[in-house]
Amino acid sequence: MWVFLLTEIMFFGGMFMAYFIYRQWYPTAFASASLKTNLWLGAFNTTVLICSSLTMALAVHAASTGKRLLLVGFLIATLMLGGAFLGVKAYEYHDKWIHHEIPGEHFECEGCADEGHTQLFFSLYFGMTGLHASHMIIGAFILLVLIWQSYKGKFSAKWYTPIELFGLYWHFVDVVWIFLFPLLYLIDRSGQGGLH
Amino acid sequence: MASATTKHHDDEHHIVPLGVYFAVFFTLIALTWVTAWVSTIDLGPLNIYVALSIAIFKASLVVLFFMHVKYGTRLTKMIVGCGIFWLILLLFLVMIDIWTRTWMGVPGR
Repeated sequence: MWVFLLTEIMFFGGMFMAYFIYRQWYPTAFASASLKTNLWLGAFNTTVLICSSLTMALAVHAASTGKRLLLVGFLIATLMLGGAFLGVKAYEYHDKWIHHEIPGEHFECEGCADEGHTQLFFSLYFGMTGLHASHMIIGAFILLVLIWQSYKGKFSAKWYTPIELFGLYWHFVDVVWIFLFPLLYLIDRSGQGGLH
Repeated sequence: MASATTKHHDDEHHIVPLGVYFAVFFTLIALTWVTAWVSTIDLGPLNIYVALSIAIFKASLVVLFFMHVKYGTRLTKMIVGCGIFWLILLLFLVMIDIWTRTWMGVPGR
């Protein structure tokens, strides 16, 4: 599982690399585009995701102490919180759609000095958050299977490896978001604040 | 709690006390709102360093405690270390190129 996560680090690492290069080249466009993200929704969503990481950690704990119903409960809680995160994310995407902030023909950006490269930011924004969200959607489906298996009593304190490995995956996705949040939502927010 | 663990795989299945999870959890939540709040204060070029430092600290907490690396085997630690090392290689070697390209003032950047 850890080796799989290493390949995932490289998968996401490539996108982070692209982000760092373009931010270095077009700092003002990135700063003005970053302002268009909703800081408090982002912080709220980060909180939701950390809560889901906690319930996942507690699920692994419940599995390791052989508490079946507690395990099922915590897995369901994790699924709910993951769903809440995706819901807020969908709302944010919808917001971007309404404000013509999807890169492409109808892209509009009020008060952006450098429209072309602002689109670049939003391409990366959708690419990175989209890749992250697709990981969460896949995770949600795996969670459904695990909830069913746990309910059926497949796991015990002696053997709960799938729960443990899924926990690693879920926490990894959390770690990715911990970096996406400052890079996409927080960067250059203050310095440009007075200008707009 | 100890009675529930069997003798085999003791090092693999170390059970972390619940208090640790909650302590980590509350630290993560607090730091999320601290970093959101700090981003609204103008620290000049320092903003990004503060934001990334908090992110690295938060990620370390998740990896060490939620992902049990702190209690893991040396093999696990080595694999995690390798992953981070290669990521640093990727990011920094490329950025060294990007940072220094314009220094020469020649075309082709």
